[in-house]
Amino acid sequence: MPPLLFYLFALITLGFGFLVVTGRNPVTCALALAASFVGLAALFLSLDAYFIGVIQILVYAGAVMVLFLFIIMLLDIKTEEGKKLNLPAIVSGVLLAVLLTLQIAAVVGSTELARKTSQDTPLALTEAATKIGKAAALPTITNDLKAGTLPDAKLIGFTLFDQYGFHLQVIGLLLLVGTIGVVVLSKRERSAP
Amino acid sequence: MITLGHYLVVSGMLFSLGLAGVIARRNIIIVYMCLEMMLSAANLALVGFSRFHLVNGLPDYTAQSLVFFTITVAAAEVAVGLAIIVALFRSKQSVDVESVTKLQG
Repeated sequence: MPPLLFYLFALITLGFGFLVVTGRNPVTCALALAASFVGLAALFLSLDAYFIGVIQILVYAGAVMVLFLFIIMLLDIKTEEGKKLNLPAIVSGVLLAVLLTLQIAAVVGSTELARKTSQDTPLALTEAATKIGKAAALPTITNDLKAGTLPDAKLIGFTLFDQYGFHLQVIGLLLLVGTIGVVVLSKRERSAP
Repeated sequence: MITLGHYLVVSGMLFSLGLAGVIARRNIIIVYMCLEMMLSAANLALVGFSRFHLVNGLPDYTAQSLVFFTITVAAAEVAVGLAIIVALFRSKQSVDVESVTKLQG
């Protein structure tokens, strides 16, 4: 990815993220968060993580943001006008954020690993076709690799079902429990006896 | 040239923005949005490390599986959290964090 595009999408992500934190109207914040997630998805694509980029847009910018907007409309929340700003909280929040950023930048700046570019670590697709172990038995993956394309979703699917089958079932159970929890929470209680 | 460090700094800045929002904002829904931003920032760091740590010439797909699980948990968390916010709004008629002081001694 050209450096210019990286800076553009990083600016979109961080700029709209800033708007989420500072916006007065919840609807503005929700829409800014959706735009920020689209920028983040573009950064994922630039890291050759096509599947993650697509589900970032589908799940976050799609499902989660619609849920947020739906709740904002449902509760009919007005812009917080005239309210005094919570000055101690804002000062401590900004201070903590600046400190954390500086700390991360310092750690990143002093690490050898962080200086790797994508030229230092090029993807070796055709060579990988013979070295991927059990996945080499699947012609759909090896054919893609030999043709020089990255079968991103197929490899994630293979990793998930080969090594993390149990974890996948636990996640399925978590979603089920979450669904039941939401139904129980949003049921209107009968008038207390 | 774009290095791994660039992605990590962007991830750290996004996380800090979310943290500042969680501390400074008083609208529960916006606090929740900032939490989502922090989760996504962690995902960006994971995907960055996955791309720059090659296994057999391919990105490390263990990290991307973890991102998949994180996104699933975040989606479940948002659903439950928003249901709690709706229940809270029904009893308090407000989404201000300072209106919830029932556990205060």
